Amino acid sequence: MAHVNFVHNIPFFSIFLAMFCGIITPLVKNGRTARKIHGTMVFIIMILSAILLLNVSENRETFTFMMGHFPAPWGNELRAGPLEALMALTFSAVMFLTVMGGSEFIYKEVVPEKQNLYFIMLNALFGAMLALVYTNDIFTAYVFIEINTIASCALIMAKGTAQAMVGTTHYLVISLLGSGLFLLGVCILYSITGHLLMPQMKEAVVQLMATGDYHFPLLVVTGFMFIGIAIKSALFPFHSMLPGAYGAAVPTSSAILSGLVLKSYIILGIKLVYGVFSVDVMHQLKIVDVLFVFGLAGMVMGSLYAMRETRMKRMLAYSSVAQIGYIYMGIGLGTRIGMTAACFHILAHAITKTMLFVCCGQMVEDSGNKEQIFYLKGAGLRNPLAGIGFTAGALSMVGVPLTAGFISKLYFASASVYAPGKMAAVLVVLAISMILNALYFLPSTIAIWTPKKTEVQEKPAPISVSPAFGIAVVLFIVANITLGIWYRPFIHIIEMGISLLQ
Amino acid sequence: MALSEKKSFWQKLKAWIDGEEILINADKYISTREKPELPHFAKHFSTENVRSNKKLYRLMSVFVSLVFIGIMLITVTHLPTFGEASNPSNNEVAERYLEQGIEETGAINFVAGMILDYRAFDTFGESNVLFLAVICVVMLLKRDSKNISAAEDQENAEDDVFDMEDLKLILKKGSKTIAPLVILYGIYVVLNGHLSPGGGFSGGSIIGAGLILYSAANGQKKMQTFFTFRTFTLISVACLLTYCGCKSYSFFTGANHVGYEIPKGVPGAILSSGFILPLNICVGLIVACTMYGFYALFTKGEI
Repeated sequence: MAHVNFVHNIPFFSIFLAMFCGIITPLVKNGRTARKIHGTMVFIIMILSAILLLNVSENRETFTFMMGHFPAPWGNELRAGPLEALMALTFSAVMFLTVMGGSEFIYKEVVPEKQNLYFIMLNALFGAMLALVYTNDIFTAYVFIEINTIASCALIMAKGTAQAMVGTTHYLVISLLGSGLFLLGVCILYSITGHLLMPQMKEAVVQLMATGDYHFPLLVVTGFMFIGIAIKSALFPFHSMLPGAYGAAVPTSSAILSGLVLKSYIILGIKLVYGVFSVDVMHQLKIVDVLFVFGLAGMVMGSLYAMRETRMKRMLAYSSVAQIGYIYMGIGLGTRIGMTAACFHILAHAITKTMLFVCCGQMVEDSGNKEQIFYLKGAGLRNPLAGIGFTAGALSMVGVPLTAGFISKLYFASASVYAPGKMAAVLVVLAISMILNALYFLPSTIAIWTPKKTEVQEKPAPISVSPAFGIAVVLFIVANITLGIWYRPFIHIIEMGISLLQ
Repeated sequence: MALSEKKSFWQKLKAWIDGEEILINADKYISTREKPELPHFAKHFSTENVRSNKKLYRLMSVFVSLVFIGIMLITVTHLPTFGEASNPSNNEVAERYLEQGIEETGAINFVAGMILDYRAFDTFGESNVLFLAVICVVMLLKRDSKNISAAEDQENAEDDVFDMEDLKLILKKGSKTIAPLVILYGIYVVLNGHLSPGGGFSGGSIIGAGLILYSAANGQKKMQTFFTFRTFTLISVACLLTYCGCKSYSFFTGANHVGYEIPKGVPGAILSSGFILPLNICVGLIVACTMYGFYALFTKGEI
């Protein structure tokens, strides 16, 4: 009997616990009980991921976990290292805070008899995101991409309004296009390599590149898989489904979809870069350059679209497009330090954008469910906590020092120095994009703090803030500033994780 | 600044900084303004003209599809020939599945051995996909306080009356004879999943077809005497929990090398191949419930 390390069971246990909670939730009649089950589950997984992170980063190790009785090329496999553990920890922490701060929206906007179904989807979505983070098998990744897609659409349509249906349909069509391309890629890659597990695939791909066999299919496969992932993670020109969907959904859903779901696909992409195609092949096939160019385009175009918006949720959705552009730009630099910056930006954007969506949802609700910035005037004065949260998030997005957004932009800029030929482009576009960010975030921030001029001075109805929302916003801000000041340990873990991935 | 289209740059900037809509009362303005003539887009080139040109969209979609088809066809010509012995997919993986499959999984049906034992994690995901899909449809279509209308209610009531009063002798007698046979055949396919072609997914869909046939002939009222939303939820949840439990056990014991393997039995016997038989039954029941659930929700909005 081999030596058993029980910490190694955590990835498997986290995925199955999330799925298990998803399965038992239909038996619960009440939305509030379902929310308690969900909260407990996410909290347990958060603690477990923290233990896993401490363990693997102390041992500087990455390990594989055999799913069943059969070893690697025959059975399924999970794999975890510092990067995966850090992502799982971030996902569970952000999920926990978002649902804590946003559960009131779910109770108000989803029909009471269907609230438990909403939590089924939330649990399954969380399980699927963990599976995408931990999987070492490309077909398992596809299966969980499917679960991710279905659950995200359910979260958007849960509100049941006409706009939500239109948004869901748009989201579904574009997402399925992405999944379809990814599946085609998996099929062709299987027929030219004969494997589905990432390490074996990588060996076969490197050999194929060396011998020159099947060069054209390999090129097509890399194209399909990365375009598929780019579509799913809403890289510019494939972003058109975001604004409609996020604008119409429950704020909690928008927060989770924008902050976490998009990131889970990018993490899968990063695993593909290192685990299947290897950095050399990516450079030889010029995939990194393509991602780089689209990332740059997204950074500018997303911000330009956001500037034209007068509705706050749609503005935040376009801002996500710009931030996804940053991440792809980091990946496209093709160096390890660029990837580090991209991974750090995943963390920074996850905690910032979820806070922005939750606070924005609260302010919209306080202002009579009108989401035009014009009607949100003075929303920060009506509900100071949401206003402070929004302001902190906006500052972090713009990249003000002491916030998480500043560190990631700093790292992007310094990473560009090590990427020959790309430095000028990165620095110029980064500067333009930051100015544009400031141009659309600052007016809305000023608007929410400007008192509304009304002819009749009516006493505004007192706004009740649930304590859970307050705690969540405060914790979000603390997390953001922590990432902005004590960023070194996180960067260290990410660097270790990336070097262990190769 | 009400209904004028022309605004100075300064006014627009001011409106933008204040976060106002560029046009206040935009709906009213659009309904009252004079329709601008659609100019020929080639003569007056601007982004609006290009965007509103529907022909261009058609041309573009044809173009994109043609490029895609072209790429796919060229790729297919470069792929390994189907069925050649030297193909990359005929490697040690397939070899072990075929040569040691019976011994290691106890299932004579290699496909069942592969999807429910070697790669059971993927199949767990797939059965969750089915479950989530049906829950999605429940969220969307199940009647609640938001999505019912009087017309639909009346239609459903009329349907019930027809189901009760209309004799439909041939249909009812026919379905009474055929539906049990169909369901029985489905059960056979599920139970023999590890011995012969078939298994949970195919057998489950046969059972589901039997249920749909019975429901279509006898009406939903009759169906609800033994199959309600409660039954549906309980069966799906129980099956997925069994699946989750069995697989957690075998993943946990397998990965930690604890031992305690499930006895495989004699290959070929009905009670053999460890967990594959119970897992097939679970998958079969989930698929059957999903099939019938889709049918019922799409026709009546209620299971």
